[in-house]
Amino acid sequence: MLAYTAPSTVEEAVRALAGASGLAKVLSGGTDLLVQLRSGRAKPALIVDTKKIPGISGISERDGAFVIGAATSGAMIGEHKALQRAWPGVVEAANLIGSTQIQGRASLAGNLCNASPAADSVPALIAARATCVVAGPNGRREVPVETIVTGPGRTSLAADEFIVAFHLPKRPPRSGDAYLRFIPRTEMDIAVVGAGVSVILDAKGVCTDARVVLGAVAPTAVLVADAANALIGRTLDETALAGLDKAARAACKPIDDKRGTIAYRTKVAGVMARRAATIAYERAGERQ
Amino acid sequence: MSKHHVSTTINGEPTEFLCESQLTLLDVLRDELRLTGSKEGCASGDCGACSVTVDGRLVCSCLMLAVEAEGHAIETIEGMAKGHDLHPLQRKFLEHAALQCGFCTPGLLVAAKALLERNPDPSETETRYWLAGNLCRCTGYDKIIRAVLDAAAELRARPA
Repeated sequence: MLAYTAPSTVEEAVRALAGASGLAKVLSGGTDLLVQLRSGRAKPALIVDTKKIPGISGISERDGAFVIGAATSGAMIGEHKALQRAWPGVVEAANLIGSTQIQGRASLAGNLCNASPAADSVPALIAARATCVVAGPNGRREVPVETIVTGPGRTSLAADEFIVAFHLPKRPPRSGDAYLRFIPRTEMDIAVVGAGVSVILDAKGVCTDARVVLGAVAPTAVLVADAANALIGRTLDETALAGLDKAARAACKPIDDKRGTIAYRTKVAGVMARRAATIAYERAGERQ
Repeated sequence: MSKHHVSTTINGEPTEFLCESQLTLLDVLRDELRLTGSKEGCASGDCGACSVTVDGRLVCSCLMLAVEAEGHAIETIEGMAKGHDLHPLQRKFLEHAALQCGFCTPGLLVAAKALLERNPDPSETETRYWLAGNLCRCTGYDKIIRAVLDAAAELRARPA
């Protein structure tokens, strides 16, 4: 018999997770969890609904940096104008998850902890150097987003830990990010390949910092240092783009499935990385 | 295991119900409260036939636990017409023959109403993207889109 609790503090939620007699699942938007309950793929003894915890849904800005509550819906993220201006790539990635109905509930913490290799928000968050605040019995720790997912359906979180918030750093001038997803239709599908790129340029348009992250081409999202290095120190010339494309393809370890073959995903990863980098550069140029 | 006692508001009426943890809001709407306008198509959030709003936000009621409704305001298709007066969207669906079997219609109407409340003058593209989570296997969508855009035009023409 399934039990349900909706604690009103982080500490109570941690105690509930720690005290569960069997598997406990954290509920934010529930757009993945309820599907798993229904199919029998997840058989928890306890559901801990985080949404009664103050601040778990909502976005705040301080000195140009953003705190996004773990259970904040995609719709709320899409409606936040300052976040959209600072981190358009993160916002477009979060807003690609599912339909309007799914956007009404789906959260960043859920998209991350569901640990799908094809999660759309994850490459964009990693490219943005986002961190997450993890609460547990020993208090809170702040870790980079890329340390959470360890494989399909698996995370580094202990059974009595959960994510309470995401932090996005302040954006300097001439910075931009972008996320692109390839699907064979225009809406309502799962990524064949996703690419998140974040860049910072100097006054002459030369890239001084870059992060390139690919989704759906390996068991977890892949932060591709060689792809970033192809951009750093250059304008977005053909040499930079060719180096980015090559490094992105080299980082792919995809599977063959109905969405795409290994060869197809690898080729498309290079193309998506190029296109996302081009958009990130354009956006950086517009933010003087 | 005792049942949860949930206090909520449904279509403006304070409503209380008892439910077990695993029941969805859709289960309770249909089987407990007998509000059977919301349909179960896929039960996995793909088809939109169970669309309702929660505090004005469009969601799939199949992807929300009933117990989560505590303290929230739910609007369903049953709240759309005022007595015998159909909502303009409902009238335009009839005029444009935007339905055949009708199974998707409640969800489409609820979703379209949520769109027009946010955006009284949506483009065809915006309308199609907004409604992408509502599947219809009969109409081919074109009549639905025309009905929504026509209803939007009528609502805009009304004196404030």
